[in-house]
Amino acid sequence: MTIRGIFLIILTAVFVNNYVLQQFLGICPFLGVSKKLDQATGMSIAVIFVMCLATAVTWPIQYYLLKPQSGAYDLGYLQTVVFILVIAALVQLVEIILKKYLPSLHKSLGVYLPLITTNCAVLGVCIANIDAEYTFAQAMFNSFGSGLGFFLAMVLFSGVRGRIEGNDVPESFQGLPITLIAASIVSVSFFGFSGVIENLLG
Amino acid sequence: MSKKLATFTKGIIRENPVLVLVLGTCPTLAVTTQASNALGMGAAATFVLLCSNICISALRRVIPDKVRIPCYIVLIAGFVSVVQMIVKAYLPTLDAALGIYLPLIVVNCIILGRAEMFANKNGVVDSILDALGMGCGFTLTLFVMASIREIIGSGTWYGMPIPVLADNPISIFTMAPGGFFVFGVLIAIVAKVTKGKKPAKKEFGCAGCPSAAACGKLDCGACGEGADKA
Repeated sequence: MTIRGIFLIILTAVFVNNYVLQQFLGICPFLGVSKKLDQATGMSIAVIFVMCLATAVTWPIQYYLLKPQSGAYDLGYLQTVVFILVIAALVQLVEIILKKYLPSLHKSLGVYLPLITTNCAVLGVCIANIDAEYTFAQAMFNSFGSGLGFFLAMVLFSGVRGRIEGNDVPESFQGLPITLIAASIVSVSFFGFSGVIENLLG
Repeated sequence: MSKKLATFTKGIIRENPVLVLVLGTCPTLAVTTQASNALGMGAAATFVLLCSNICISALRRVIPDKVRIPCYIVLIAGFVSVVQMIVKAYLPTLDAALGIYLPLIVVNCIILGRAEMFANKNGVVDSILDALGMGCGFTLTLFVMASIREIIGSGTWYGMPIPVLADNPISIFTMAPGGFFVFGVLIAIVAKVTKGKKPAKKEFGCAGCPSAAACGKLDCGACGEGADKA
């Protein structure tokens, strides 16, 4: 695969198919953890890490265990059950390892790891990679790009939320409603990217 | 009897899973571009919720407390696979429309949330009523939201064109920003209507959160369900 192909996959995942703002995956942490910049950064780095790790594990499982190329058997219907269990176990394992060997990293990222287990963006990226029939390398770059897109959305949005905080918002719109409307406007801005990436690299 | 009825009806408005508890936001935003997709998603999620609530409340004394979350996830994932196969076999158009969001029912917080908040503390009958109420609330909300987005965004309703609007669709409503916007406005309307009658916050704050055991270290403001509704 070419360098251009890699860039196309990553930039498309970050800007055009942004997981949070265009595909609505991982909305819970997007609305919950985006209040403070440091928390948003910590959470997003943990998500990038887990997404890449989960893809690195679930892709071989799909193609060597559940649905081998030889076509000997097809356990594809077990995908959902197997993937969610593997991701949950993996996240637990990573947390234990970090706690034991890298306590400083565990202190800054560890608290976000359990919240990621049931984050639909992680399971979503694993299933999307299989659905799109990516090769292993393409799948890894797509996961990294998706994680990066999540990071970008979280960091941008924590800035927007900081601006909302001091404003005089109508009573029934306080809290979540005004946050969602702000998210809607941020999401509009991402429309500006559609077409640009394809024209640049396609 | 009235208590049983209340268990059922609370899910529809007062503790509406989407608009008041703010659970399951991802599918809510993603599949509500057409009323028919919303009904399909609502029905699929309700089925999974019903099955998982029955099993979990029946097994609540058997499942060890420490490993309950993994057990719940396995049960839920099993039922989601069943739904996936049924939809693939009999409703291929719905399968194509829901796409990746169908397997993602497994991480829908409503299902794990109800297991943790309700089914593991209550009997089978109550859990069935709770699941049906929450499922109806979820489906109804999706349907209302999808109707708004479909009528304004593409000028049709359930696929039928609407005279004047079909000529002037505001297509941004069927796209991502419209989803966020309509959802925000709906939550604001429900907050206005139920003002003063809101359930006590702590009941649905961090204590009821499915990740409560794990996220004790985060302050409540960081958790999606706590401070946001203050």
